[in-house]
Amino acid sequence: MKQLTVISGKGGTGKTTVTAAFATLSDSHVIADCDVDAADLHLILDPTIERSEEFYGGRMAVIDGDKCVQCDECVRVCRFDAIKDYTVDPISCEGCGVCAQACPEGAVAMVRHMSGHWFISHTRSGYMAHARLGIAEENSGKLVTLVRQQARLIAEREKKEYVIIDGPPGIGCPVIAAIAGVDLLLAVTEPTLSGIHDLERVVGVANHFGIPVMVCINKYDINPDNTLRIEGYCSEHNLKVGGKILYDPRVTKAMVSKKSVIEYPCGEVSEEVTRVWQRVEQQLKHNESQCS
Amino acid sequence: MIISVASGKGGTGKTTVATSLALSWGEGLFLDCDVEEPNAHIFLKPHINERISVGIPVPEVDESKCNFCGKCAEVCEYNAIVVIKKKVLFFPELCHGCGGCSYICPEKAIREVDRAIGVIEKGRSGNIEFIHGVLNVGEPMAPPLIRQVKKHINTSTNGIIDASPGTSCPVVEAVNGSDFCLLVTEPTPFGLHDLKLAVEMVRKLTIPCGVVINCADIGDEEVARYCENEGIPILMTVPWDRRIAEAYSRGIPLIDVLPEFQNSFSQLSAAIERLGRG
Repeated sequence: MKQLTVISGKGGTGKTTVTAAFATLSDSHVIADCDVDAADLHLILDPTIERSEEFYGGRMAVIDGDKCVQCDECVRVCRFDAIKDYTVDPISCEGCGVCAQACPEGAVAMVRHMSGHWFISHTRSGYMAHARLGIAEENSGKLVTLVRQQARLIAEREKKEYVIIDGPPGIGCPVIAAIAGVDLLLAVTEPTLSGIHDLERVVGVANHFGIPVMVCINKYDINPDNTLRIEGYCSEHNLKVGGKILYDPRVTKAMVSKKSVIEYPCGEVSEEVTRVWQRVEQQLKHNESQCS
Repeated sequence: MIISVASGKGGTGKTTVATSLALSWGEGLFLDCDVEEPNAHIFLKPHINERISVGIPVPEVDESKCNFCGKCAEVCEYNAIVVIKKKVLFFPELCHGCGGCSYICPEKAIREVDRAIGVIEKGRSGNIEFIHGVLNVGEPMAPPLIRQVKKHINTSTNGIIDASPGTSCPVVEAVNGSDFCLLVTEPTPFGLHDLKLAVEMVRKLTIPCGVVINCADIGDEEVARYCENEGIPILMTVPWDRRIAEAYSRGIPLIDVLPEFQNSFSQLSAAIERLGRG
């Protein structure tokens, strides 16, 4: 079983569009939506939830007003300015528990709290593991790891060849959790200065963790010069370009009709995304033969 | 007044709106708090004149004083410190810098040292004071760096905060405490879904908000309908225009390529002035 994560650095370059297309194209996979704080893949794949579980990420401090003698010790030790007027601001609290250690009256309790849900679902394109992190919650990295773990378990049970992971934007903890230990990353970028800047940073993260990267240039015709620059960057850094996708308003039409760009005919876009999947699959298989 | 710009979904035009809003003022403070992927400098082209390394306090164990009692490992909520027999292992990327281990150590064997996680760069773009944070590649935790960027806010100057996409800790850290949050979206199912999450977030933080619809003609009417039902004002719409997309791709601000938007941004500022708190 091989794992692929679709990432981008910059948001809105087309990760989820590409992932949904792969879900249509592949015939042996489990999908994992690891953009847990703004998950969108379910809007296309229309899952039927088979299992729903609560997610407890971390703990949070709660002060018992009856025991509190307002000595200010908790305020003094808190590094996150989370305690005001002897109440804990749940948004600022990092759950470190130092206030509970410091309180001479034992007035601070560390309470586990539910910070989201995760789901196992069935879709027309196979199984999908996904999640919803509560609003303004922390521990997205832990939830990403959990979703990936569930997807892997199903893939093993159902003897599926691939886990296809839709990653979050950025380079921080949920991204690191979404890419750790996968076999290949597909970085979807766009020929804009922002896209290039962010691609370079996310490739940096991939190199840091020693994960191979293939690049896909979306809307490449918006700026052909920048597309050439990305291709130059890729050849310099020994990254394969998996494909170049045209800008086509039908891609949005497909999204509005809740279909992938393979299910909703988008002409050249559908054809190129198909070729990108073939190259990704080839690369995943090639990695396999190299390993064995 | 401090205005934050957020979106839920990525790539909807936060930076486009935030930078052109700043340029329409021609002054004030601009804080790029998308420290994972900061892009505003590409458009504002600031002259950077100061770089400050930002770190978090992490433990350094003096093994000559340590008796390997394991209390530090017990207290660490993040499993960043582990004691195995006569060895203390530390995993810097997991450490939140809470100081719990050094606080609890009965032998006073732990002192805290600064570990760099990123850099703050300060400069000017015309009369706009520009500050952004750049998280080191491979570093998981953005919020401590965002907190440091936001320390540069002063109440006497109007400011704009550009946030990262999503609705979890880095976005909350960036948006929290601002007087108004501008939510930039696109009229698509993804745009709408993530806008709803962003609205929930700003409501939880009790920040007044308004919406900018970008690429206003590409999708459907659902975003406009949602805003109407929820009583959220739509403060500006920007059409999909190849000229805007191409200018964006070259790092040219919206307001420079379509100067007629100067007026729209002035109206936007006036509307925010009316709706914001403070």
